[in-house]
Order: sequence, then C-alpha cells, then structure tokens
Amino acid sequence: MSVLQTISLEHLPADYVVHIAVYREVKNSSSLQEQLLAGNTEFEYALIDASVIISKIQAMSAAYRAVNDLVENRLRSRNVHSEIVFSLSPNNNIAETFRRFGITPTTTNLLVIKVSTPSQPFSADAVQEHLTKSIDGTQAEFNDNVIAGMTDLARIRKIYKLNTVGSKPEKGVANAKAERRELEMLIISSMALRGATN
Amino acid sequence: MTSILQYPLPLPPILAHPSSTAPLLITQGAEALLYKSTYLLPSLPCALKYRPRKPYRHPTLDTRLTKHRILSEARLLLKCRKEGVPVPSVYAVDEGQGWLMLEWIEGEVVRVRLNEWLRWRREKGTAEGEEEGELRGLMERIGEAVGMMHGVGVVHGDLTTSNLMLKSREHAEVNDHAEGGEENLLAGEVIIIDLGLASVSRFEEDRAVDLYVLERAFGSTHPRAEGLFEVVLEAYGKSFKGAPIVLKRLEDVRMRGRKRSMLG
Repeated sequence: MSVLQTISLEHLPADYVVHIAVYREVKNSSSLQEQLLAGNTEFEYALIDASVIISKIQAMSAAYRAVNDLVENRLRSRNVHSEIVFSLSPNNNIAETFRRFGITPTTTNLLVIKVSTPSQPFSADAVQEHLTKSIDGTQAEFNDNVIAGMTDLARIRKIYKLNTVGSKPEKGVANAKAERRELEMLIISSMALRGATN
Repeated sequence: MTSILQYPLPLPPILAHPSSTAPLLITQGAEALLYKSTYLLPSLPCALKYRPRKPYRHPTLDTRLTKHRILSEARLLLKCRKEGVPVPSVYAVDEGQGWLMLEWIEGEVVRVRLNEWLRWRREKGTAEGEEEGELRGLMERIGEAVGMMHGVGVVHGDLTTSNLMLKSREHAEVNDHAEGGEENLLAGEVIIIDLGLASVSRFEEDRAVDLYVLERAFGSTHPRAEGLFEVVLEAYGKSFKGAPIVLKRLEDVRMRGRKRSMLG
C-alpha cells in the first residue's frame, strides 16, 4: 500500500518538512471542501485537484514558495496551506486560484500537502493516520507516473496560457516527453513570477 | 568544478539554509554572484544569481534597484522561453532578498570552448580557412539563436561569447572531451545566458548594437575566428523578418561605434 512521502526541501530551515500524499477515486470531495471552508483546523491541508498538476516538481515548487514565504513572514493568504494552493497560480486572484487548483466537489484525483513547522509539528504517521481516516479514496504513490496519469494537459495549458508551447509537429511523437518537460519548466516560471509587480 | 574563491563569502540567507551539497560560488561580477546549488531535491541542480546589497547606496534605493533588476531579468527569461528562445528557465524568484534561481545549464561558455577548439586546431597544424565546418556550424547556430531572441522583441545588452553557452547533450558523459573528442568541442545547443542587462526593444538600432558588441567580442577574444563572423550575420539575416534591416543598420553602427552621438 502506498503511503505519504515526507520531504525536506533544499534550502528550507531543517525543522520545516512537507508531507505529500496522492489519492485517486476520491468520493468525499465535497465534504472535504466543506471542512476547509468551515475553517476546521483539523483539516488544515493544501487540498489540490491533481488534474492541474503536471509533475512532482510543480507541486514541490508550490510548497517551497509557500514555506519560504512563511519563513520570511509574508504570507498573502490565511495560512501556509492555503498559500501552497495560491502558489500554484500564475496570477494574484485568490478566489479564482481556489476554483482552479483547489479541491472541488467534483474532484476525484487529489494531491494533499501538509507542512510541519517548528510551532506546529506533525509526524508522518499522525498525518497518514488522519488522512486514511478522512479521505474516502485509494491512496497512490507521489511520483511522476501517477501524476502524469491524472494531468489534464489541455486545462493546464489554458490556465497558464501556454497554448503555443511545444506545438511543433515536425519533432514527432518521440518528443512528447520533452514537450511535457518544457511545459513543466514554463509552469514553474509562471508560478515563480506570480505577483511580480514593480 | 571548483570554486574560484578560497575564502568564503557571506552566503545569501536563502543559501544558508541546509542543502545536500554546499553551494558553490561559480563567478562574481560587479553586480551579482552566481552560485551552483540545488532546487527542491538533491538531484536537481540550479544556478542562483544573487545581487548583494550595496552598502554605499541609500537602502531604499538599493532595494528598489535590486528588485527591479531581478524581476526584469526573470520576466525576460520567461518571455524568451515561452517563445522558444534558448535561455535557462526560471525556478524561483525572491526579489526582496535579491535572488533568482535558474535552471542549471550543463556545459561550457562559447568563449572557453571556442578557444580550446582554436588551440587544438593550431596544434594540429591545420591552416585557418581549412576544415572549419564545425566552426561555421557553431557560428550559424549563434546567429539563429540571437535572431530568435531579437525576433521576439528582446535585446540582450551584453552579448559576448561569455554569455553564450554550449549545452551538453543530456546523459552525455561530463568529461566527454577529456581525450580524443575535440571534434565535439563546438557541439551542443547554443543557450543565451545572463539577461541582466536585457530589455524589450524592437528598434533596429538596439538590435544592431547587440550584433556589434558580439562582433567586437569575437574580434578581441577570438581574433582567429573573427573572419567567420559573417556566417553569424548570414544566419541571423534569415532568422526573422526584420533582420535584413538590422544588418544594414549594423554598418552604420560599425562606422561610429556602440554609442550614438549626443550632438544635435
């Protein structure tokens, strides 16, 4: 059985780690979303619709930015978990971000991220236990193959306005992988430049 | 690769946080320090460009200038990359802290590879003008890359052979030209780096100055390759619609130098 992954991201203080889990065939998305909207602190997770995630790197980039902004004391949303969802966005519209990237009642593939901080530490076991209890779905491994099976590329292209990228037919099928990688790079850059006003 | 400095410089705060391998100072310019480090995972190398505070500047002005430059470079890199211009991609930005994290390009700058190649050819006793297919190929690829960048409306502002890289093929041996492989010295995709002085411009004047600066760089750094600069220009001329006008303008720029007369 798959379990969550615990990752110490490079260049974050050692006592900040992220736990990441993936679920498919989730059946109780609407009640999970209700818990979030109600502000139930037990459900303080970044709950992300996995169809708008292209790779591990994208998910970890969002976590990295949110935790770094937490450390630098400049969160733009309620907490580090909502900030992770917000970090996926290419623009500053928070409400729109949650509609696009956050869990919705129709979400079936779910990416869950939980941050453990010095003031609010969470062990991998505790998080896994709570997720197992709360999510009605099948847990999968957090890896690029699983994520690729959940990605809605057309939707991602639209959200990040990358419709023209990698549409060079002469390069052929062999480059589907390279194309995906290029999309990933552009998505990460678009996320990194969110909110860049100056 | 070894660090160019024996003594440690104060690391930017972001790099002081733990990582699997210690950040390595690669190069130091007047404005910025360039480190090799890792992004997210130990297996993903990155380049970190850090603009330290300048203590002689007023703090408010310093912050503003640094923010502006970091963001400007990041935006131009994204713009280029989106439109297929070969530049490193942006991983993360913290304009407040003055850093920019970029994709690590495995390879070497054109200046170094070209000099190695020229030395190799001289030692082999090949006369100039003979067996220079590879060099012509490189010059063409440079012309195409620069043309592509100009075609999307970006001018570089400091186009030298140190700001052009040759990217090793993925999975290639790191030391692939250690012996006997000199023929491959000039192989690899041309990547344009350091857009720290770049800007958006569609004036043929700015584009011509880019070419002029590159031409002068060849003249001073690789005089034995200068004769082939016309190959760069030829490839450039075919690379986008406005290119022929730029080449015409280049002739004017050559007559008077990079700076325009401020008279009249």
